[in-house]
Amino acid sequence: MSINLFLNGLPVSAEAGQTVLQVAKENNIKIPTLCYLFDKTTGLTHNPAACRVCMVEIKGRRNLAPACVTEVSEGMEILTNTQKARLARKTNLELLLSDHPKDCFVCEKSGKCELQKLSEDLGVDRLRYEGAMSKSNVPVVGTAYTRDDAKCVLCGRCVDACKQYQEIAVISATKRGFATTISGEFGLSSNEIACINCGQCVKVCPTGALLATNQTEAVFEALNDPEKYVVVHTAPSTRVSLGEEFGLPIGTNVQGKMVHALRLLGFKKIFDTNFGADLTIMEESNEFLDRVLKGTGKLPLMTSCCPGWVKYVEHYYPEFLDNLSSCKSPQGMQAALIKSYFAEKEGIDPKKIITVSIMPCIAKKFESARAELGKDGIPDNDISISVKELAVMIRKAGIQFNSLNDQTYDSLLGEGTGAADIFGNTGGVMEAVVRNAAFLIDKQETDVDIITLRGEAGITRSTLNIGGHQLKLAVASGLANAKLLLDAVKAGTESYDAIEIMACPGGCINGGGQPEHPVDVEYSDILKTRHATIRGIDKKKVHRISAQNSEIQALYKDYLKKPGSHKAHELLHTHFTKR
Amino acid sequence: MVKTNKEMFAELEAFIAEHNNDSAELIAILHQAQHIFGYLPKEVQEFIAERLKISAAKVYGVVTFYSFFTMKPKGEIVINVCLGTACFVRGADKILEKFETLLNLKNGETSADKKYTLTSLRCVGACGLAPVVQVNGKTFGNCTPASVDQILGQYK
Ligand code: SF4
Ligand code: SF4
Ligand code: FES
Repeated sequence: MSINLFLNGLPVSAEAGQTVLQVAKENNIKIPTLCYLFDKTTGLTHNPAACRVCMVEIKGRRNLAPACVTEVSEGMEILTNTQKARLARKTNLELLLSDHPKDCFVCEKSGKCELQKLSEDLGVDRLRYEGAMSKSNVPVVGTAYTRDDAKCVLCGRCVDACKQYQEIAVISATKRGFATTISGEFGLSSNEIACINCGQCVKVCPTGALLATNQTEAVFEALNDPEKYVVVHTAPSTRVSLGEEFGLPIGTNVQGKMVHALRLLGFKKIFDTNFGADLTIMEESNEFLDRVLKGTGKLPLMTSCCPGWVKYVEHYYPEFLDNLSSCKSPQGMQAALIKSYFAEKEGIDPKKIITVSIMPCIAKKFESARAELGKDGIPDNDISISVKELAVMIRKAGIQFNSLNDQTYDSLLGEGTGAADIFGNTGGVMEAVVRNAAFLIDKQETDVDIITLRGEAGITRSTLNIGGHQLKLAVASGLANAKLLLDAVKAGTESYDAIEIMACPGGCINGGGQPEHPVDVEYSDILKTRHATIRGIDKKKVHRISAQNSEIQALYKDYLKKPGSHKAHELLHTHFTKR
Repeated sequence: MVKTNKEMFAELEAFIAEHNNDSAELIAILHQAQHIFGYLPKEVQEFIAERLKISAAKVYGVVTFYSFFTMKPKGEIVINVCLGTACFVRGADKILEKFETLLNLKNGETSADKKYTLTSLRCVGACGLAPVVQVNGKTFGNCTPASVDQILGQYK
């Protein structure tokens, strides 16, 4: 139902049920917000009306109203810009600031902090209120992310991200009043609670309270150590987001510039994790066909390339541990080969090699640290940093990213097919497996655009004919959806041959280590644009099936013999444990 | 008879089962758990979270929100000094101070030998007797710093 009302004296129309905030936005008025969060793609809505920085005046009402939760009504007269409203918003913000450490100079979030931006927008020009600080400014460090309670403004966005995206709810408001703290049980770090390190909470935090645990200095240190041979590899979805950190349009493909920047940073070899992704597909499609045709393992086969999802199964669905593909993730495979195949070929002592991965993800930090993914206590992948951390390094080194010309990856482990590129989108791994499995059975390239699997939101179910076999496949985006799917499989109401799950809604392009944007940029637009770029890259590739990757062919010929061989198992497969 | 840990967990388990492992009953279950164990240690909170299929963070959130719940074990003798308005204006702070000195405990602490717990509360509804002290549920009215010695004398 359409209704008529007044916004700052001018007549506007709106739909019943819309909030003042939404109507104002549609009419080009941005009302400041802090605690409010809305994501169209998944329907995530977080509106506790806690921060009160969105107050507006409504004629006839005695009190100011929070725009984020106040619904419009017929004839309503909204005033967003009165002295009273502006002063109230500013005062509320100043009160929040009174219990916030004012150490922007040394805060990693500086420049991207919503609180900082608000003070600027609302014209906070001095700190009027001084009082006791409710929490000490001592970070609680986890492998994937770090929590600094003193910087928390209690907006609760992280709690709802965990609850609504992932249905995990492993963090919560604890204690009360002035002492209120957002944390896991007993104030523990992310390593000690049943958190899967997806970083969705980090991504929505407006301040520096939640940040990926920064490892950039460790990378610089390795690069400066003449004894070390530092190799880097970059995940599929990093190339479509890194440019955003340098002001390029969302979703710009900056693969060539990224490679160039890494070379300028001093990495000895720049490899593409896309190679590892193609290899994962080779091993996983082989495993899949074996399980389906020879009954060598449990069905449905579940993908295991997402470390958030893997840890989720370990914590919450241990009954499905044997369903997980035993394949290491692309990061895991790439890193294992750098310290074996590559090291042997080049005659480098693997102990001297430091492998760094650039990831869209912060759960990859945790994966790198898994004891089973290394040899003799030396991890295969030494350091995993996020796209955002790489941007920090590029800035620190003074590299003028946007003016760099394109360079290409180093060979041996640097080639990737379109099947690897699509790993970045939910549904991509499944599509890549299907492409490869069909190719292996039919011995020829058939249709590679498997549109029915492109489930970038929700759950996608599909039955496909692969080499004469009817196979039932499902893809779930985000763990809230995964839970629905797993429960249906558990209850026996649905059955599948293979399931792909990515913990982050939409896939790696929406990972916890990806660049953030101001709140007024719609999440759904960011994701759609990055998805589309990935699709475009795949479409333009000459080879779009993993088995066509010539470096992969060489690897099998010279080193691994064939997918699933003894050597492949030793290097490329792993196991999982109940937590 | 002091119950063993195993017996206490069994009792809690039965209570949770009676409530159909329903997470909406969390507060009632926490009450009962505190009744059984005397306080709500980590293990108990984790046990409840697991049985109710909710995160331990949620349980911990509720436990730390309500001041009734405590994660610290209580002593044999629990001394509650009322700091409600009526008691306060009649010198309850002096009484608390006296307890603190005599027991060498701060408000909210329990002695190392688990004998005494000293806490305060807000108004027990006996303002006519202000200032009021409760020891293990028994009420002492019109207290003075001098009567603190006397009260403690009864609980050696
Ligand atoms: S990292 Fe993911 S699982 Fe862990 S608290 Fe954050 S949102 Fe929840
Ligand atoms: S940690 Fe960040 S997202 Fe979570 S409540 Fe605090 S400020 Fe908000
Ligand atoms: S944005 Fe409206 S109260 Fe926080």
